[in-house]
Amino acid sequence: MKSVPAGSLQLDGAGKLRHFLTIEGLNAPLLTRIMDTAESFSSVTEQTVKKVPLLRGKTVVNLFFETSTRTRTTFELAAKRLSADVLNINIATSATAKGESLLDTIRNIEAMQVDMFVVRHAHSGAAHFIAQHVAPHVSVINAGDGRHAHPTQAMLDMFTIRRSGRDFATLKVAIVGDILHSRVARSEIQALRMLGVRDIRAVAPRTLLPAQAEDFGVSLWTDLDAGIEGVDVVVMLRLQRERMSGAFIPSEGEYFARFGLTERRLARAKPDAIVMHPGPINRGVEIDSQVADGLQSVILQQVHYGIPVRMAIMSLAMRSGQDAVAGGRQGT
Amino acid sequence: MTGERLLISGGRVVDPAHGVDVVGSVCIADGVVVAVGDRPAGFVPDREFQVPGQIVCPGFIDLSARLREPGQAHKGTIDSEGLAALAAGFTTVCVPPDTVPVIDSPAVVKLIFERAQQADRAHVLPIGALTRGLNGRDLSELSALQSSGCLAVGNAGVPLASNLVMRRAFEYAAGYDLLVCVRPQDAALRDDGCVHEGVVATRLGLPGIPEAAETVAVAEALVLVELTGVRVHFGPISSARAMRLIAAAQQQGLPVSADTAMHQLHLTELDVDGFNALCHVDPPLRTTADRDALRAAVAAGTIGALCSDHQPHDPDAKLQVFPATEPGMATLETVLPLGLRLVAEGVLSVPELVARLTVGPARILGLPAGHLGVGAAADLCVFHPQRSWVIGDATWHSAGRNTPYWGDEMLGRVTLVVVGGRVVEPNGALTSVEQRQP
Repeated sequence: MKSVPAGSLQLDGAGKLRHFLTIEGLNAPLLTRIMDTAESFSSVTEQTVKKVPLLRGKTVVNLFFETSTRTRTTFELAAKRLSADVLNINIATSATAKGESLLDTIRNIEAMQVDMFVVRHAHSGAAHFIAQHVAPHVSVINAGDGRHAHPTQAMLDMFTIRRSGRDFATLKVAIVGDILHSRVARSEIQALRMLGVRDIRAVAPRTLLPAQAEDFGVSLWTDLDAGIEGVDVVVMLRLQRERMSGAFIPSEGEYFARFGLTERRLARAKPDAIVMHPGPINRGVEIDSQVADGLQSVILQQVHYGIPVRMAIMSLAMRSGQDAVAGGRQGT
Repeated sequence: MTGERLLISGGRVVDPAHGVDVVGSVCIADGVVVAVGDRPAGFVPDREFQVPGQIVCPGFIDLSARLREPGQAHKGTIDSEGLAALAAGFTTVCVPPDTVPVIDSPAVVKLIFERAQQADRAHVLPIGALTRGLNGRDLSELSALQSSGCLAVGNAGVPLASNLVMRRAFEYAAGYDLLVCVRPQDAALRDDGCVHEGVVATRLGLPGIPEAAETVAVAEALVLVELTGVRVHFGPISSARAMRLIAAAQQQGLPVSADTAMHQLHLTELDVDGFNALCHVDPPLRTTADRDALRAAVAAGTIGALCSDHQPHDPDAKLQVFPATEPGMATLETVLPLGLRLVAEGVLSVPELVARLTVGPARILGLPAGHLGVGAAADLCVFHPQRSWVIGDATWHSAGRNTPYWGDEMLGRVTLVVVGGRVVEPNGALTSVEQRQP
């Protein structure tokens, strides 16, 4: 019986990135390499001519089965700044809505000689499934699958933390909110641990924590006042309105009273603590406007860094994919 | 041919119902067992099968196998899955009522019996639908289903609308001493879950089915068993805590029994890692502790039967993103080798394994089968416990290839089955010695 861990598909024989599906199964040097590469691209994005020719002649397909503005836009910009041709496909209005299977959709687009899929899907495991079935020269980048993973978001958050001049080894991080349904939280926790962070606190009502969450290597807190004490980084998660009807929480009011990030609460963290949020934010539900727009908020920097980090991941995965094909050809 | 006189000699005859475990012969004439152990003087067989080193036992009885007919012939048929059953040693299989159309009328029961007769494979026993169209609200004509040949009724895991419906159904069935099969799962607690709620679900971000979904459903049903006195069979059970409740009810003297699926004794939630859709089953694979508790319950006999919970699928059913794949595994043909692994690991003895596959399920159904008493219908299974085979196109009979064991080496192979006195050698011919009366 063969059981292949979710992470093992994404590295080639030489340990280079083939696909980028989840943080699980990667390693600290690789995450550091992604951040170093992103660093070199940040200068590009600040120039007047913001392009490099690394992916010239390549075709990147943004395959979004779930709507997204920010993630799709930053992926599109990242691909364009690498000089790739970009095709945006919104599947909610496309063939699968007419009954075509996911695999048929993939095979049809693949037949158009594309080189990379950037995939977002409502089901956990979607990017993994597509990566198992694409042609060898195609790379798959996970732009968010169900509750499973959102690894590019985690990497841009790591990059944001690193840019703020903090050392991962001594970092204290609080992740606050709907961890149960959050792919960001899962990838974030894995990335932080991989980079050596020892104090990671999951702060949420019990209904929004997954089963056996402590197995992730995090401490569990149901009180934000205590959980935020002395942390360097606060990661706020979006609370979706439909959680109220699912009996996860009694009301937005009670949630904000217990878990909303206010200036008063933020004062319990380290004085220079930074506030992050993957967006889109719900002002007054999980975060107070004064905090979201305040001096400690790095929410817009996260968006900004999303472009060089995604450029780094796309260029690393594409290079490895091409190497694999070239190597295969030499071998035959 | 049915009237043939058969001698199966030299094997280890295991008949747990009669405490038989001897090296000897089984003699069959006119479709019934005429002698076990020593060959009676004057018994001259038409054919003799010499099976030294092999085990001769009653044909296996499966309490739950989807044959996919009527209604889903692209996944399997009574013919294809009936052959798979024989190749796996099963001479009788119970079919859950969620066929298309549902087994909620004598007409559908009759259709299945007819198809089974045409296919001429294993005996097929349809389980009637507890509610009409499995709608969970309106009782099927349970007495008519019983008269047409259903030994049991059930709702195939489709939730009942309320405990009031369950109470009425139990009361009504109790009036006819009709066995009710319960596949326990609380639909609300299950929600949109697709794997066991535990470490792997958390890591992969897959919606979980808590163990409590099964345990709550068992607890509710047990209260109503006590109220109504109906005979209830729970299965397949996946969790330790549900099993503890059932064992306690048995202690208390309630008329309840339980089975689990053989794969639940081997696989756990960890096998789902990597989004392995072949391990997407319902009830889900649970923890190692659950698996070990189920093994102990099988050994203790509180789980009286092991079923296959066979669910063959077409390839497309599993070629989806994990939560969108259809649950279920094609399992008939792995039951015996996986059972023999339990013997190798010291969980069960050979007679215990055979008992859970034969007389255990027969007693639950109230079926006078699953044993080799003189005069019993000649349904037998002969298997070689050490014969190795590799699961692949050449060895597999089911139309469904949805097994996580595909390509694996298995130990233990059925060499011969006798169904109603008729010899079948589904896995290649065994040398038989033709003997004709002078």
